[in-house]
Amino acid sequence: MARFLRSDLPVAADPGNRFLPLLVAAMVFLATLALAGALALQDMTTRWRGSMTGTLTVQVPPVAGESSADTVARVDRVVRLLASLPEVAAAVPVADEQLVQMLQPWLGSDVLIADLPVPRLVDVSLKVEAMAGLDAMLARVRDVAPGALIDDHRVWLARLIALADGIRLLAWATLGLVGTATTAAVVYATRSGLAVHRPHIEVLHLIGATDGYVARQFARRALIHGLIGGAIGTLMAAPALIALLALLAPLEGGLVPVVTPASVHFLGLALLPLLAGGVVMITAYRTVRRQLARML
Amino acid sequence: MAFKAGQNKGRTSRIVDAEGSTAIRFDNVSLRYGTGPDVLQDISFYLDPGSFHFLTGQSGAGKTSLLSLLYLARRPTQGSVQMFGRDVSSAPRDALPALRRRIGVVFQEFRLLDHLSTLDNVALPLRVAGVSEAEIQRHVPELLGWVGLSRHLHATPPTLSGGQKQRVAIARAVINRPDLLVADEPTGSVDDRTATRLMHLFMELNRLGTTVLIATHNEGLVRKFPFERLHLEGGQVSVLPPLAGWAAGDGLFAGGNPLADLEDL
Repeated sequence: MARFLRSDLPVAADPGNRFLPLLVAAMVFLATLALAGALALQDMTTRWRGSMTGTLTVQVPPVAGESSADTVARVDRVVRLLASLPEVAAAVPVADEQLVQMLQPWLGSDVLIADLPVPRLVDVSLKVEAMAGLDAMLARVRDVAPGALIDDHRVWLARLIALADGIRLLAWATLGLVGTATTAAVVYATRSGLAVHRPHIEVLHLIGATDGYVARQFARRALIHGLIGGAIGTLMAAPALIALLALLAPLEGGLVPVVTPASVHFLGLALLPLLAGGVVMITAYRTVRRQLARML
Repeated sequence: MAFKAGQNKGRTSRIVDAEGSTAIRFDNVSLRYGTGPDVLQDISFYLDPGSFHFLTGQSGAGKTSLLSLLYLARRPTQGSVQMFGRDVSSAPRDALPALRRRIGVVFQEFRLLDHLSTLDNVALPLRVAGVSEAEIQRHVPELLGWVGLSRHLHATPPTLSGGQKQRVAIARAVINRPDLLVADEPTGSVDDRTATRLMHLFMELNRLGTTVLIATHNEGLVRKFPFERLHLEGGQVSVLPPLAGWAAGDGLFAGGNPLADLEDL
């Protein structure tokens, strides 16, 4: 390591290099949050799209005054009818317990479904992605259960996905902006370092050093600073992400799937500091090469 | 042999000698800085491979400018500079590092890297040439011992005296046995006794085949050693005969290593 860091130029003491780890730490912090947001939303919208296509929900409204046995029988008739249709792969009534769970946030846990005019739900899986003759299907269902409704989730999910897509784009834009700002700062810091060391670089050139030899000295130091900054940024972002996940956890199990972080996402986030080190190193190297090409 | 400006036109000279010597040939070389006047005006000369010359002239005569063309810090405004068997004045930029590694330079103001130890300063030409660290650790202390700096291997230049710095600069210039040694007032900040001893080091290198050109305005030194003088005046160059009357090799090294007692200086 000491040998790797050995430098003919006192680049370690450059004023620009002192703020570089701090800058990279802040940038990696922001980038981690943006990337985590982008990845989570990407995952969520994909799953929402998946759950939107090929499924329907049929609502069977209760009839005032009828017994719960009658309601169950009517739901059964609807299920049988739906199952007999050629486009339908499966039709499953949503269990009472699940209805209670879905209503729990609004009505509390001691709800008796039977006592409430709550529509019963039937989840329908289709053999095709989308149902063409939805109106004809609705007419046949209403013959069995008057007042029934078919919801293909389309409008509601489309709005949700549009929102999620917008936020996701914003997250990627933030990531791009952070990358650009970091690169610009590294270019500036490297140039000021070059100006400080110009007399030394001239000597190195005159004793036969190539531009690559000089540039590697700056690049090695930049890599170290980038990695240190990246590690600090990741360490700062970790508690923030854990807190966010903790806040999102109670929403899980609601109407739509929320964030379930996949290990591949954590891998992506863990790679960010390494990526930052690489970007800083390559930027420094290329900046030095470009500047030196103007010297003899 | 060397000869006067203009005499070498049309002459076919041997530009590269065997065993790492190099001839130097300037053809109608001019140099000016920016839009200023010509510092060197249409100068031509030829130095034999393995030769030893003083470069003399008043302050401001253009000695340092001429040397900077030789150590490839500048390109001439016009004309050509030939050494190592090629026209180095028009060599592409990426060919320069390899050419510069064959040239040892002692700068007037030393130009040591103040944050590096004596050992690391002298090791620089080897490091940039990719020489292994083991080789460096073997050769550099040996040379530094030879110039009397064994006890200062890890000292940094700001802690050294003028004479010591000069010896570090000279050691850096000769560590990779250059084909051409160019020195700008290399005895400027040492007493006469040390200057003589440093001259002996250059002569030893010259004896091993290196072409040497030493810029100096120390007339006492020029009078003491029997080398031809490349004399600059008014932007023009002329080659003058030696001022000293004896020939090299007259027992100069009879006393062994001429630098052996430099440690005391």
